[in-house]
Amino acid sequence: MMYEGKSWVFGDNVDTDQLAPGAFMKSPMEELARHCLERLNPHFPKNVRIGDIVVGGRNFGAGSSREQAVQSLLQLGVSAVIAPSFGGIFQRNAFNLGLLVLECEDTSKIHEGDHLVPDPKQGSVFNQTTGETLICSQVPEFLMQMLKDGGLVPHLEKKINKGNR
Amino acid sequence: MFLYVLEMLLVSQPLSMEEFCNIFQQNVKDSLPQTLAQKIIAHAARKAVVGIGEIEIGFVDLAMIHDSGGPRRVAPILERLGVGVWDPEKLVVISDHYVPTFDADSEAILKLTRRWVQEQGVKRFHDEEGICHVVLPENGYLRPGMFAVGGDSHSPTGGAFGCYMFGIGATEMAGVLATGKIWIRVPETIRIEWNGTFPKGVMAKDMMLFLCGKMGMDGGRYQAVEFCGDAVSRLSMQERMTLTNMSAEFGAQTGLIAPDETTVKWLGLHNSDAGDWEKWNTDSDAEFELHSFQAEQLEPQVAAPHSPANASAVSNFGKIHPKVLYLGACTGAKLQDLRSAASILKGNKVQKGIELWVAPSSLRDLKQAKKEGILGILENAGGKVLPTSCGLCAGYGPQRLDKGTVCLSSTARNFKGRMGDEESEVYLASPMTVAATAITGRISDPRLFLKN
Repeated sequence: MMYEGKSWVFGDNVDTDQLAPGAFMKSPMEELARHCLERLNPHFPKNVRIGDIVVGGRNFGAGSSREQAVQSLLQLGVSAVIAPSFGGIFQRNAFNLGLLVLECEDTSKIHEGDHLVPDPKQGSVFNQTTGETLICSQVPEFLMQMLKDGGLVPHLEKKINKGNR
Repeated sequence: MFLYVLEMLLVSQPLSMEEFCNIFQQNVKDSLPQTLAQKIIAHAARKAVVGIGEIEIGFVDLAMIHDSGGPRRVAPILERLGVGVWDPEKLVVISDHYVPTFDADSEAILKLTRRWVQEQGVKRFHDEEGICHVVLPENGYLRPGMFAVGGDSHSPTGGAFGCYMFGIGATEMAGVLATGKIWIRVPETIRIEWNGTFPKGVMAKDMMLFLCGKMGMDGGRYQAVEFCGDAVSRLSMQERMTLTNMSAEFGAQTGLIAPDETTVKWLGLHNSDAGDWEKWNTDSDAEFELHSFQAEQLEPQVAAPHSPANASAVSNFGKIHPKVLYLGACTGAKLQDLRSAASILKGNKVQKGIELWVAPSSLRDLKQAKKEGILGILENAGGKVLPTSCGLCAGYGPQRLDKGTVCLSSTARNFKGRMGDEESEVYLASPMTVAATAITGRISDPRLFLKN
């Protein structure tokens, strides 16, 4: 799978209440997603395009276990999130739902609107706008497999069909 | 040692996997020191020892879900996979987020929750009895050494009982319910040691706000935090629960406290049993990072909007005049929290123009608070009692903070807009500091009231 898109840059400690505000937690996903990160950047949910990449600071996705925080990004078409570190539950949720997240120390070198091409296998992010290649974490093989299957549910479906529960 | 294990394998009496692991673990103990986290994960992975950083698959001893991330989210996934709950005896379902129901949506969520629990044969269902993290241990479901998951980020609360318990999302929970297993990277252990005696008026909430302030919301690095030291061992179980609960705000995967006599006594009073609790601790020569603090030096803490990490001493906040004071949530309205708040409010009145809202964290704690006259003290002071549920802290219900409202809250997190309008401002503090502030009308040090 190819990952490529325009960057949307956010700061440190972007929490799950910004990604999936509590007041819309019982609304349909389309509605919830319209409020994703709107408090930090009102243009984001309106103008984000399919394939775009969210770039965060430290501890992206801190807070609640609500996986709507991931689903709202997927709903908007975001293809990957790159940040120096993640809230642990958010990071697990991302792989479970088929969203690529990459740990990259140097996200401060990425500017809003830069065109990014992450390569999870190589553990790198190519910034086409600046010509720079940033080093990022490599995703463990079993999680790459889960991503390839489209997340935990299709992954389990495959296993269960093979007779392994 | 290995010869001994071999011998065990050769004896005629067949051993269960669990018995074998216990014997094996006993015998490798001297040669391979392990942290409490490693010991529990090794037990769950049916191994003698596990190495830090390794990925293991653990058999889950207990799973807990609530009405928000629970049945409404996991049921469609289990249906798609064509499987039921792997072991309904190991599942606990608690309704706390959308209760009491307030509109057609919340009613539908609760209806679905109740129907699903029946369909799946879940006996451990606690409907509108309180907040999951408090209801779970008070029913005696947690025992030292358990490997447990909860569909909520504050699930590390279970670590106060010597369980490795951590929060996961709904899809991953569906995976656990389908298979009974979950992967885990064996964490490093960050030991937070408190020695000495806390000044009166300082609570567990202050310890956690201090820690978030000092080391940040990612200070826990999604590793295991273990609280230790003589000051921690003198804390009651409910105060310990506040420490492990807020390990979530500290960014840890779980918060742990090794079981001791206090744990054993508490479990005995709550329909549980501590089992072989003495083995669930960190070996002194195991690999861990240590941060030591002196209890005498801790002052009551307050965290400014919009992060628990914006914490510093209460004296820095004297100019803040909150309009709403909230004693609520799993971390701030347990019986002990209510008792502490009442100790300050007894014989005092809430300032005019200020509202004190009290949402006890479980029905059991509410009943006891009534019995002890504590609820009466809070009500006589002018406090308004709200339903026992996640309430304002989750921000899911009709009760929300209006635009511009300044609130001082005993809850765990003050993210922007979480408890109401995005232009509301939430400060966090201990139940005692909330109580002291209710009296004076500005954020105040509870120690002022203890001296009198």
